[in-house]
Amino acid sequence: MQSQVEVKHGDQEVKHAQFSEFVSFTVAGQAFCLKITQIREIRRWSPVTILPHAPSDVLGVMNLRGAVIPIYDLSARFGLHQTEASERNVVIVVAVGGKPVGLLAESVSEIISINPDDIQDTPPVDSRYTMEYIQGIISHDETMVRIINLDAVISVPEQVMM
Amino acid sequence: MSGSIQDTFFEECEELLEATDEGLTAIEGGNHDPEVVNAVFRAVHSIKGGAGAFGLDELVAFAHRFETVFDEVRANRLELEPKLIQLLLRSSDHLCDLVATARDGGETDEAHHNMLIAALDEYIPEEEEDLTFEPMGLGAPGGFAPAAIDIPAAPTEETYRIRFHPMKEMYGTGNEPFFLFQALKELGELEIKLDDTELPGFDAIDVAESYLAWDLVLTSTEPRDKIEAVFEFVEGLCELSIEGDGDAEADAAALEALNAAFGVAPSAEDGDAAPAPFDQPAPAPAADAGPAPAVDASADKAPAPKADTAKAEQRGGPKPTLRVELERVDRLINAVGELIINHSMLAQQIANLDVADMRDVETELEGFKNLARDIQEGVMSIRAQPVKPLFQRMARIVREASSATGKTCKLVTEGENTEVDKTVIERLSDPLTHILRNAVDHGIEKPEDRESAGKGKVGEIKLTASHRSGSVCIEIKDDGAGVNRPRVKQIAIDKGLIPENAELTDSEIDNLLFLPGFSTAKEVSNLSGRGVGMDVVKNAVTGLGGRINISSAPGKGSTFTIILPLTLAVMDGMVVSVADQTMVVPITSIVETMRGSDDMINNLGADGTLLSIRGNFVPVCDVAGALGLEKQDDQPPGVYLLVETETGQRSALAVDDIHDQRQVVIKSLDGVCGEIAGVAAATILGDGKIAMILDPESIIAASPSAAAFDTERRMNNAVAS
Repeated sequence: MQSQVEVKHGDQEVKHAQFSEFVSFTVAGQAFCLKITQIREIRRWSPVTILPHAPSDVLGVMNLRGAVIPIYDLSARFGLHQTEASERNVVIVVAVGGKPVGLLAESVSEIISINPDDIQDTPPVDSRYTMEYIQGIISHDETMVRIINLDAVISVPEQVMM
Repeated sequence: MSGSIQDTFFEECEELLEATDEGLTAIEGGNHDPEVVNAVFRAVHSIKGGAGAFGLDELVAFAHRFETVFDEVRANRLELEPKLIQLLLRSSDHLCDLVATARDGGETDEAHHNMLIAALDEYIPEEEEDLTFEPMGLGAPGGFAPAAIDIPAAPTEETYRIRFHPMKEMYGTGNEPFFLFQALKELGELEIKLDDTELPGFDAIDVAESYLAWDLVLTSTEPRDKIEAVFEFVEGLCELSIEGDGDAEADAAALEALNAAFGVAPSAEDGDAAPAPFDQPAPAPAADAGPAPAVDASADKAPAPKADTAKAEQRGGPKPTLRVELERVDRLINAVGELIINHSMLAQQIANLDVADMRDVETELEGFKNLARDIQEGVMSIRAQPVKPLFQRMARIVREASSATGKTCKLVTEGENTEVDKTVIERLSDPLTHILRNAVDHGIEKPEDRESAGKGKVGEIKLTASHRSGSVCIEIKDDGAGVNRPRVKQIAIDKGLIPENAELTDSEIDNLLFLPGFSTAKEVSNLSGRGVGMDVVKNAVTGLGGRINISSAPGKGSTFTIILPLTLAVMDGMVVSVADQTMVVPITSIVETMRGSDDMINNLGADGTLLSIRGNFVPVCDVAGALGLEKQDDQPPGVYLLVETETGQRSALAVDDIHDQRQVVIKSLDGVCGEIAGVAAATILGDGKIAMILDPESIIAASPSAAAFDTERRMNNAVAS
C-alpha cells in the first residue's frame, strides 16, 4: 500500500527504493525482525528429531521436503529462557550460506516497511548476547523491534561446517 | 567463453592421459604392437596441440620431446628397452603433473622436469631436435618460396602432386598448414601454390570458414607412406589427394576401393578394386594384410571425415557415451531418494486407513516399490564408474614409491572394470595410495633380501577389485615380508597402546596397525610416514561405510581387504527406538538380535554390565547413555543388538525396541551440524520424521564400560592363556 503511494510521487522514487520490508515476530515476549529477503518460508512447529550431544539451543533437525535442516531455539540463543515448543509456535526457515536453517519463534506478527535511516544503533547494554545478535533497533507502532544479525545468530562454528 | 573451451581441453586431457597411461602400461607389459605405440603418440600429440592453442609453453615443450621420442620408436629407430620404457612412464607421470599444474596453478618440480627433459633429449637424434617449433613468423603460407634441397643420389626420385584443402574443422583442432608444409619440405623439393579461387569477397567472408586450398608438387625419394604420415593428424579434417608419378591408374583404383569401403559403390566392384593402390614406391602398412588389402588400406588412409568412424568400428568401437554434469545426476538421485521416502509414507498412510480389503492396493504399492527400486538402481549405475583410472593412478604411486626406496616392484591390477560409485572412487584414492606406499616401503623387501629369501627380485603388488555379494571388494596383496608381529607388538607396548602383558592373537596384532598413533616406520620417511598412520586409512574406509581387514603371513606377504557398500545413497537398516527417539542401525553391523530378560544381565563392578549369550559374556552398551539422551522412565532396555566391530570384539547395544527392517535413504548431516559421536548420518522415515543412523563402532567407543571391558578382556585372555 505504502509503496503504491510512493510510486505516484516520481521525485520520491529514489527514497522508495531504499525502503525494505521486514517480518516481525516475537521471541520470549520481545519483538524481533528479519529482512523479508532472508526468509524462505514460515512453518508451523512440529516435533523435531533430537541431535545427540547438541547444545541446548539446537533443538534438533527437521525434514524440509527431503532436506535435513537444523532448528535453533532463538530464545535460548539470545540467552533468554528456553522455549517449550508447541503447535502454536512457528519455525522461520532462513538461508545461511545457501543452506536452510530453521529458527523457532513464538509467533509471527506482521510485515513492516523500514526506512534504513530509521534504524538506530543498538545502545550499549550489559548483555553479551544482545550486542552480538542484534544489528540495530527500530521503533514501530511505539514498540521497539530488534533487527537480528542472522550471520551472528547462526554462529561461526556451524558456518564452518557448511 | 575461452574458459569453457579450456575446460573442455582439460577434460580431454584427462582422457588422453588415461590413454597414454594405458598404452604405456601395455608396452611395459610387453605389448609392442605398433598400434599401441601409435595410440600413445597420437594422445601425446593431441595434448601438445591443445596446449599450444592455450599457450601452455612448458607443457608444449615437454610433450613435444615426449612425442619426438615416441616418433623415433614408431619409426623403429629406437628400441623399446626397459630403461626407455621406465623413462617414458615417468615422463607420462610428469605430463600428468604438467597438465594439472596448467589447470590448477602451482609449481612443478623444476629439477625433475629438467632431468626428464635431459633424459628424453638423449633419445632424440640431432636433426630431429632442430625440428622443434621455431618461433617462425606465421606469414601467409602462400609466400613460401619453393626451396631446393640438395638430395644426394636419388635413384627413385618421384614427383607427387598433392592437393590439400583443409576443412574449417582442421583449424579448430589447432593444426596449421604451415607446419605440414614445413614437414613436407623435409622430405624433398617442394613447390607450393595457393589456390584462393574459393575466396569470396570481403563482405561475404565467414572468418570461421576455410576457403584456401593448396596445390603442392613434391619431388622426393621418400616412399609415399612418409608423405601420408605428414598428413596423419589432419586425416578426416581435409580433402587430400596425393598423386604419384604415373600412378594415376592405381589411384583411380584406390578411389574406387575407397568408395567400395564406404559403401558408395556396390560391393560387386570389389573385384575391380583389387589392385593395391599403394604399391608404387613402397608397400603401404596394411598392404600385407591379406588377399583383399585394398579396401582396408584405403579405408585407413581415407581423407574423409568418415575415416574416424570407420576406424572406431574396426577397433570394435567404443560404446557411445554421454557426458553429463554430475550435479544433474545427483539431483536425479535425490529425487529418487524422495520417491522411496514417499513410497514408505504412502504405505504407512494406507496402512492407517480403515479399509476392509486392501489386497489390491497393497499389490499396487508393491509394484510401486519395485519400480522405485529399479529407478534407483538405474540412477545409481549412472554414478558407477570402473575403477580403472584409479588403478592406473596407483601404478604411478607404486613406481614413485619404488624409485624413492630403491626397490623394484610392479603393480598387477585385476578387475579394472569393476564399477563403483564415483564418490567412493574419489574417496578411495587417498587410502589406497597410503596402503600401496606402505606396501612398498614396509612390505616389499630390498632386492637383495628378496633374493636371499628365494623370491624374485621384483616385488609384486596385486590390486584387485571385485563385486562380492552386494558389496565391492578391493584387495591389495603384496608378496613382501609380511607384518613383523613381534616388532608391531613391541611398538604398541612402547606407545602404551596395549598393556605389556597382553596376549594377542596374530590377527589382533595385525590389526594393531590400524590403531591411532601407531606408525612402524623407524624414522619418518617422506614416503609413507607423513605423521599419519593406517588409522587414517581405516577412518576413510569406515567413512564410506566400509570395512578394512588385514591378513598377513610372515615371509609371504600381507593382504589388505577393503569391503565397501555398492552405493552411498541407500542402505538396509533396522529401525529401533531409543529413549523415545526412532533410530536406524545399519544391518551390516548387526550379528544377532535378542530380547533381553533380567537373568541374562550380570553386573560387573559399579557400572559394567555383561549380557550372557549362550554362556558367553558380552559387554552391554547403553545406546541412550552413549548418545547423552535421557530416558523417560526406568524401564530396562528391552532388546539387545549384538554387533561385531572391526577388531572382532562383540558388544550388545541396548535399545528399547525394534520396529522394522527396511531400506533407508542416507541423508548426510554435513553442513547441518558437526560430527556427532555415535551418529553416522540421518534418514527420513515413512512418517516424514528424521531418524539418526547410528554408527555402532563409535557408540561402543563412546561407551566407557565397553571400552574398559575390552582392556579387561585382553588382560583376562593374558591370564587365561
